[in-house]
Amino acid sequence: MPTLARWYIKAALIYFVLALLAGVIVQARTVIDLPSRLAVLRPVYIHLLTVGWITQLIIGVGYWMFPKFSRDNPRGNERLAWATFILLNLGLALRVISEPQVSVRATPDLSWMLALSAVMQLVAGWLFVINTWARIKER
Amino acid sequence: MPPLSVYMVRAALLHLGIGFTLGALMLLDKAIQIDPDLWRLWSIHVELTLVGWIVQLAMGVAFWIMPRFARLPNRYGRRTSFAWGAFALLNAGVLAVSIGTWWTALDTLLVIGRAAELSAVGLFVVHLWPRIKPPGA
Repeated sequence: MPTLARWYIKAALIYFVLALLAGVIVQARTVIDLPSRLAVLRPVYIHLLTVGWITQLIIGVGYWMFPKFSRDNPRGNERLAWATFILLNLGLALRVISEPQVSVRATPDLSWMLALSAVMQLVAGWLFVINTWARIKER
Repeated sequence: MPPLSVYMVRAALLHLGIGFTLGALMLLDKAIQIDPDLWRLWSIHVELTLVGWIVQLAMGVAFWIMPRFARLPNRYGRRTSFAWGAFALLNAGVLAVSIGTWWTALDTLLVIGRAAELSAVGLFVVHLWPRIKPPGA
């Protein structure tokens, strides 16, 4: 398994645990005395699960298993693939930090961080599409 | 990778890219208030990322890697037309559901889209069922 695929899959596993932890916190709020503002964690929970875990696992396994791009360059542009990994994970982490804060309009205002996380994840998504497209082919 | 998987995985990639774009627009609106109407994209974002991306990618990869039939003229089985039908119906369904959620007057289209997705999954299950078999069978 290539190094980058291992990074993707291990990061996905970490996000899987964090997602379910967020899910427990969101749900526990209804039965034990936790601040009601924790309800704003719901979109974070959903995106940790769908982006951090499922999508990232797919990207990691796809990077490893999809047909080779060429003999010399089996997995496409490696720099682009690393950039995708960094942008996706940094973007998601910034979202986890800033979205609850922005949702309750707390200070300090982290709107800039949330906007940055949106752009980073968007770029990561399209970089993955661009870098993977040519590998999806008949042998 | 067989041609159908190429079509399905590439379609899934497009859904991922568009789904991420819609999600980023809504997240940007949450951060810097662009236009509250952007939140009408939420259902389309969910449809594209869950059905168009994750479900379709799983189907495309399943068609590629599940056991095949060495003794049949078509190694992918007798009902590959069902799997092609599933590809067409799934994408038509995602499109119909997306249009139906955007224009609320077209809620019938929403139901038709969901029915198309159900039909797609039904056809795909009928195709794939015999391929879930022990080696050599």
